[in-house]
Amino acid sequence: MIEWTGSNAIWIAMALPLLAVFWVFLFGNVPNLREAGSIVVSIVLFCVNVSLSKLVFRGGRPEFSFGEMLPGFELNFVVEPLGMVFALVASGLWVLTTIYAIGYMRGHHESNQTRFFACFAAAIFAAMAAAFAGNLFTLFIAYEIMTVSTYPLVTHHGDAKAKAGGRMYLGILLSTSIAFFMFAIVWTWQLAGTTDFREGGILSQAFEENRISSVLLAVLLGLFAYGIGKAALMPIHRWLPAAMVAPTPVSALLHAVAVVKVGVFSVLKVAVYIFGIDLLADTGASEWLCYVAGATILLGSLVAMTKDNLKARLAYSTVSQLAYITLGAALATPASVVGGGMHIAMHAVGKITLFFCAGAIYVGAHKTDISDMRGLGRAMPFTFGAFLLAAISIIGLPPGGGSWSKWFLAVGTVDRGMYFLTATLMVSSLLNIAYLVPIPVRAFLTPAGQEPMKINEAPLMCVVPLCITAVGSVLLFFFANEIYSVLEPIVGVQPDPS
Amino acid sequence: MIDIYSQLPILLIAIPLFAAPVCVLLGGRWLTYLLSVVVCGTTFAISIGLMQQVIKYGPIHYEIGNWKPPYGIEYVVDGLSGFVMMFVSALAAIVLLYGKPSIDAEIPRSKHYLFYASYLLCMTGLLGMCITGDLFNVFVFLEISSLSSYALISLGRTRRAPLAALQYLILGTIGATFFLIGIGLLYQMTGTLNMSDIANRLDTETGPRTLLVAFGFMTVGLFVKMAVFPLHSWLPNAYTYAPSVVTAFVAATATKVSVYAFIRLVFGIFKPEFAFEQMPLGTLLLTLSLVGIFIASTAAIFQDDVKRLLAYSSIAQIGYMLLGIGMATTDSLTAGIVHMFNHALIKGGLFMVVGCFVLRLGSSRLSDWRGAAKTMPLTSLAWAIGGLGLIGVPMTAGFVSKWLLLTSAFESNHQLVAGMMLVSSLLAVVYVWRVVETLYFSEQPSAAAKEASEAPVWMLVPMYAVIFAVLVFGVWTQFSAGLAAEAAQSLLPLDLVPTAPTVSPGGTP
Amino acid sequence: MSTEQFLGLYNYWIVIFLMMTGFYIVIARNNLVKTIIGLNIFQISVILLYVSMGKISGGTAPIVPPSMVSHGHADVPHVAHADNHADARPHDLHSDETKDLAHDHQDDHDNEHDSHAAQESRGTAEDHKETDSPDALVNHPVSDSDHHAADSAHDEQLTYSNPLPSVLMLTAIVVGIATTALALALIVRIREDYGTIEEDEILEMDRAA
Repeated sequence: MIEWTGSNAIWIAMALPLLAVFWVFLFGNVPNLREAGSIVVSIVLFCVNVSLSKLVFRGGRPEFSFGEMLPGFELNFVVEPLGMVFALVASGLWVLTTIYAIGYMRGHHESNQTRFFACFAAAIFAAMAAAFAGNLFTLFIAYEIMTVSTYPLVTHHGDAKAKAGGRMYLGILLSTSIAFFMFAIVWTWQLAGTTDFREGGILSQAFEENRISSVLLAVLLGLFAYGIGKAALMPIHRWLPAAMVAPTPVSALLHAVAVVKVGVFSVLKVAVYIFGIDLLADTGASEWLCYVAGATILLGSLVAMTKDNLKARLAYSTVSQLAYITLGAALATPASVVGGGMHIAMHAVGKITLFFCAGAIYVGAHKTDISDMRGLGRAMPFTFGAFLLAAISIIGLPPGGGSWSKWFLAVGTVDRGMYFLTATLMVSSLLNIAYLVPIPVRAFLTPAGQEPMKINEAPLMCVVPLCITAVGSVLLFFFANEIYSVLEPIVGVQPDPS
Repeated sequence: MIDIYSQLPILLIAIPLFAAPVCVLLGGRWLTYLLSVVVCGTTFAISIGLMQQVIKYGPIHYEIGNWKPPYGIEYVVDGLSGFVMMFVSALAAIVLLYGKPSIDAEIPRSKHYLFYASYLLCMTGLLGMCITGDLFNVFVFLEISSLSSYALISLGRTRRAPLAALQYLILGTIGATFFLIGIGLLYQMTGTLNMSDIANRLDTETGPRTLLVAFGFMTVGLFVKMAVFPLHSWLPNAYTYAPSVVTAFVAATATKVSVYAFIRLVFGIFKPEFAFEQMPLGTLLLTLSLVGIFIASTAAIFQDDVKRLLAYSSIAQIGYMLLGIGMATTDSLTAGIVHMFNHALIKGGLFMVVGCFVLRLGSSRLSDWRGAAKTMPLTSLAWAIGGLGLIGVPMTAGFVSKWLLLTSAFESNHQLVAGMMLVSSLLAVVYVWRVVETLYFSEQPSAAAKEASEAPVWMLVPMYAVIFAVLVFGVWTQFSAGLAAEAAQSLLPLDLVPTAPTVSPGGTP
Repeated sequence: MSTEQFLGLYNYWIVIFLMMTGFYIVIARNNLVKTIIGLNIFQISVILLYVSMGKISGGTAPIVPPSMVSHGHADVPHVAHADNHADARPHDLHSDETKDLAHDHQDDHDNEHDSHAAQESRGTAEDHKETDSPDALVNHPVSDSDHHAADSAHDEQLTYSNPLPSVLMLTAIVVGIATTALALALIVRIREDYGTIEEDEILEMDRAA
């Protein structure tokens, strides 16, 4: 019998999605069994993560190591609060997405469902591994596994459009990670002698010993920021909209939660545990990144306004929102980093709801363009109601969870005296309102078009998950304090042992 | 009673060498095939046995006919040669096991027994180059393997095959003759042919200029055999027009064994101090390999024939091995040796995939492969996995060698080389993915692909064994990297180039 | 470099001339058979290189003379040794001598070879120093050391050429013949398939196809 300790929980949490991969392949011909297995595993995984989180949030740092893979590079996993929050979000939403995906894929009679569910589980495995990674090397491996395992999902339809999207997706993600991320990791290793994530960072010693100048620190940060292509910083954000050729559940979980969040999560971890926010703040190495992130926030929102395709609009909205988190890392103040960490959770729940809604509208009404969605609200009240709630959270208005994370980010900009960026955040929120709110409002308030109203809600399997996440995005508003106190330790505040 | 264990080194060579004429005498197709498979399997088993002995008791010195070296010929199995022999014989066995349907389809039936004889001879030559401790013997084995590989290549189906073989023959002979000149000059200076004896007697610090000439001749000779840019021109045609099985075998092993011989030459016979400090070998290798990597990878992108595409990729990959040698630190040499092994697996596996497609689609042209993933999903998947290995994605063998190369480049302060290496590996993404997209995302499958069926299980199982090994050695690195590190340690115990200031690993957690 | 030195190295000039000729033919000729001939000339030059470096002016074939055998048995162990292996392959014969020398004279090559040069009474000592000195080592049981001097005094004709290079070249010749045979066989097949053995015509046909 395996004893229930933190380190066992780590490998169990990673083994479960792998188990799901094998299960799906094993019962590929028996859809009910295949999907029942997926759901059970996802629920068990969530429970494992919840129990693990109790330990972590009390200050525990469970570790698990597979030993040295290459000389000097260990395959090592350490759970800290940021990773735990990410793991909880990803695994929790995996449960809902699995249910949603079953409804969506069946409602759509998609082909190759076995491959779909298997790759899906593999991507979750990569997300868990990334969340728990104890050093850059492990993180890099998880990151690459995620890139490769999601490629078949992006190109699921197998047509020319999927091919083009997949090419963009793989091309950008793989080349940035190989050319920049890998280089940055080895450079870090050369400077610090380790790639472990440590509180306070590992590069400060090299800086004090004058082995790296502040300019080169900025270059190194740049290699990380652009090497982690999944953070979708402009101008390498193009893969994200391109990846929207994937079926909606993929867009929902992967391109709103797992994939993109691995990106910004990695950026946060690098800023906090590799550079250390003190080093970044003292040397100003991250100042340029603040402006790039600020520009991405504004440009992403502006481009989103021009998109009529709902998924494309959401994709650019994601680009913009991800830059908030990068901004949080780049500002390198305690408030901004915690705010960035919170935004991972807030944005994940909100954005997945929006994607669920987009998929539900597609399944229920076969519509993808926003201009065709007038009057749909009456036929699909739950879907558009959920859309409205989630949109409020994304914009950052109470009672949406996003309001808190954006608040802390704004506090961060003020702390650093970058009032220009504070203004940027405000303007961006206005733009968010402009491109998100009209959708549900028009759906509810304008009369339907000419065509007869034969549109109904999407299948129950689709609608229930999106309602749950919509409610969740509101609930997060009230539990923001808990998340904040949980995340505080990453900037050096010790948790209350009770 | 002869102790069979102590005779393993000679058996390794003798068994395939004598089996080759037996194949000719037997004739027929099945009997010779079975004999060859058994012989290759035995050879593999022997090489494992030798490697075990080496790991347990250290290097083995076997004196042929009990003539004491340096007068008699000596066979030496150490960490490096044992390692190379192991993967050469393993791939020879697996490719042969896999190849029966492909051989039947691509080689005239009347010539099968000759094919097997040449195959065994080629393997003998390659193993002999690794095992022998006598420099002239290296030349003889080099020619045995080369001559038989010319014959093997000329068996290709098109009329271009004999021409490709002849072109290879001309260049290969010039290369081998250069090597021979070098041997002669070394002999003139030392009066001995035994490699370790030469190494002892050679005064590399104040020796005559003949030393430089000898080194130059031997290096250039081996560059031809390794297909180092710009002496690679024989390779694309030879790989493209040879029968698929031959390509798989030769591509996986022949160039690697030449790299092995080169490593022996630089580190075993001439001293590394001589090669890298008195001669500009480091600069030469780094320049040639980086230029070669970029040019060959770019050329690979524009090929329409998959065999040719992989051939150019091989030229590029040789560059990575030479980078490891050229940086001349223990770690970089380790990386180079590991890449020899990993690339042998990856390229062997990919050429086996090509063999399956050629069998079913009748062509290695990319346009005939359109949409083949629908009818040949397993073979296509094997390409995708092997391709990821070639790119160097984590959890594949290619990643291990690339990572080692990268870290050693940083350690020896070759940051620029490291950067160029990474950028160049992006080109691999392009040419690998071009094929993947053709297989999976072609709107209109080619006529051949529509009617194709999955490759026979007979071929799929050995092919997946190799592809699986690519994944296994991407995770389990103790074997490949561990053996390579030991070998590198014995060849180059001390780094030449002063390494970056070592940072205390760990620190306080 | 004086004229004398230049001429003293005449064997190398011949080798280089042949080598370049062969090389040129390989590169410049389109006719495949001629290319192979060029390749042969190229190989031959290397054979000459080997054989000439094993050759000593006035040296005989490396056969142990009867007089030496009768004397040697009693008092000189190293000759006795050679006798035991008299019928062994030349490789070994060479080696026996080398062995003694290797141990006695690892560090005074120059002496060694000066004496050798003197004995040969040729004016090209310097050249030999650079090129032939190891052979001197190998070839001169007579002059090799003091403790052999008495023994070798009665037997000064025993200057023999190093047989090993010649033996090596036997192998190289075999390899060369095999290469040529294979090349010609390939050319026959090319001729059957293309109807020509001119390389440019063949490439033209391939390009057209």
